[in-house]
Amino acid sequence: MSIITRKKSGSKRRKVPASQRTWSIGFLTLAIAVYIFYTYIVPHTPDGFQSQIQTWFPPSALNEALVWVIAALGLNIVVGYAGLLDLGFVAFWAIGGYTAGWFMSGFFYQLNIHFGSESPKTFPGIHLSFWIVLLLGALICAFFGILIGAPTLRLKSDYLAIVTLGFGEIIPQVFVNGENIHGFNLSNGTKGISPVDNIGLFGKRLGPFDLNYKYMIFVFMAALMVFISLRLRSGRLGRAWLAIREDELAASMMGVPLMKTKLSAYAVGAISGGLAGVAYATHVNGIFAERFQFSISIILLAMVVLGGMGNVWGVMVGALLIAWVNSTGLPALGNEINSTFNTNINFPSYTFLIFGGLLILMMLFRREGILPESRLKMVLHENDDDVDNEAPHKNISEEEAL
Amino acid sequence: MSLDSAPVLEAKNISVEFGGLKAVEDVSFEIPDRSVVSLIGPNGAGKTTFFNVLTGLYKPTSGFVIYNGEDITGVVPHVIAAKGVARTFQNIRLFGLMTAEENVMVAMHSHLKAGIIGTIIGSPLQRREEREAREEARALLSFVGIGKTAPEFARNLSYGDQRRLEVARALALRPKVLLLDEPTAGMNPQESAVFVDFVHKVRDEKNLAILLIEHDMSVVMKVSERITVLDRGMKIAEGSPADIKSNPRVIEAYLGKSAEVNK
Repeated sequence: MSIITRKKSGSKRRKVPASQRTWSIGFLTLAIAVYIFYTYIVPHTPDGFQSQIQTWFPPSALNEALVWVIAALGLNIVVGYAGLLDLGFVAFWAIGGYTAGWFMSGFFYQLNIHFGSESPKTFPGIHLSFWIVLLLGALICAFFGILIGAPTLRLKSDYLAIVTLGFGEIIPQVFVNGENIHGFNLSNGTKGISPVDNIGLFGKRLGPFDLNYKYMIFVFMAALMVFISLRLRSGRLGRAWLAIREDELAASMMGVPLMKTKLSAYAVGAISGGLAGVAYATHVNGIFAERFQFSISIILLAMVVLGGMGNVWGVMVGALLIAWVNSTGLPALGNEINSTFNTNINFPSYTFLIFGGLLILMMLFRREGILPESRLKMVLHENDDDVDNEAPHKNISEEEAL
Repeated sequence: MSLDSAPVLEAKNISVEFGGLKAVEDVSFEIPDRSVVSLIGPNGAGKTTFFNVLTGLYKPTSGFVIYNGEDITGVVPHVIAAKGVARTFQNIRLFGLMTAEENVMVAMHSHLKAGIIGTIIGSPLQRREEREAREEARALLSFVGIGKTAPEFARNLSYGDQRRLEVARALALRPKVLLLDEPTAGMNPQESAVFVDFVHKVRDEKNLAILLIEHDMSVVMKVSERITVLDRGMKIAEGSPADIKSNPRVIEAYLGKSAEVNK
């Protein structure tokens, strides 16, 4: 029935599903509204309200959540689109972070290279512009994505998961122990690299407390990842990724080169991990090796699954939600409860308990995630059709009874 | 009939061994250009194994596969597919959670050129390519008679439509040879009869050769120009449908020795 109309719109301009457009507009509107709220409205509100905002929705937590969004969107390409279970995504986050550490700090104090950075020329070390470092982080991560992917992506499902898990452990360990590699200091070990240069934006140096500017930059990066995800998904490569997710053998029989296609998914995912790493380094103003733990990979995976695998908007909602619960929601709630009931429970230490419980509940009652990809929803609710079909009968009989 | 034309796909002395088991033993076989040939044999005769050798899924223990004069033995499946050897599957293997149209477009992968950057920025070239691919996919779906299903998920299609979609998807590779693995499995006699005409239509309009694995003898006899019979991995007979029908070795393979005595 709708074939004719589809054809018309398809031939004139690129077909963008109406829902995607609505979501994009919604995202931008919300992003701008949040910006206006924090920059222009909050400072003029009563102190009580301001402190409530600081407790429950501090701007720094928002920025951090956006960093998680960027990384989760990348993992979504690997897991959600191409169906490759990756348990070591933290590796790319770490590599991205150290890229920022190397190229926008005084870490290599023997050198004095400045390019596009707002930091004073007298500072030793390599100081490149934040935007160049983003690009570098993306490139380096893409390179490592291919390097790690080439041997591992020949494996299937569970085996792949285990090997990626291994790499996710190896790379952060390299940074932890990288203080003295035959005399070369790669990572400064557990001491980390700090501080990282401020972001330069139109000649302005953004200090650690210019949260609203960083917010804009991170929103822009997240929007870029959404754009890239959606564009790739609707094109030749996205179809090949989905085909591999659906049936690897059939895909190869239809002329889809498996290795190359999987590697490209891995590389694009790694790029966003790198971007998130660079963003995170500027957010916390340093790189600390012990932060790159296995739990980051798991939390990212939970964001993708909880939000709705394969749907960028779902992943975004999942990432924002979980990041908020982790960084502010739980501690704030804990403080509230402690002060109300006069208890002394350390709520943040129960993060993973609550997290696990939440995941179990989700898997029991809403396996497809908060905002599922329509395809996945269909499979997981296939048996519900019977229930739906029965429902009207029930109503009728109820009406008759009345 | 086109049995005299040069072979488009040729298997020379193919043997496949799995450990000690000889699944296919020294089978030679030709598919003449624009012909319809069938491969039959009892269960376990090695038909599907042979198919898998032709499409690159298995590497033969010995022997060669020649396509269009080029040795493609042991070449990886996606390259063979891209060269123009397309197949369908005995148990339907569609991309269930993709639309019919997307299923067909996946098979155009090797013909399309858009790279990552081109797709992200939506270059004019990429847009035109996508538009043309979409139109071609719609045309192929109409060709196999399921044009209206384009926006539907493959898994929601009826069984018969799924079979047709598999053919449309295979045709999107613009193949010179189409291998159909038991295409009428699960069809009723009326559907099978329609299928015979469909096979000839595909051959004539798409200018390709078709190799069938088929169990339904009425279909095989009507559709094929030449039939090859495998039994326990060996080629036991080859010839026109009439020859095969009366070949004592074939009857023996299918019905056993005593059956012939009774006859």
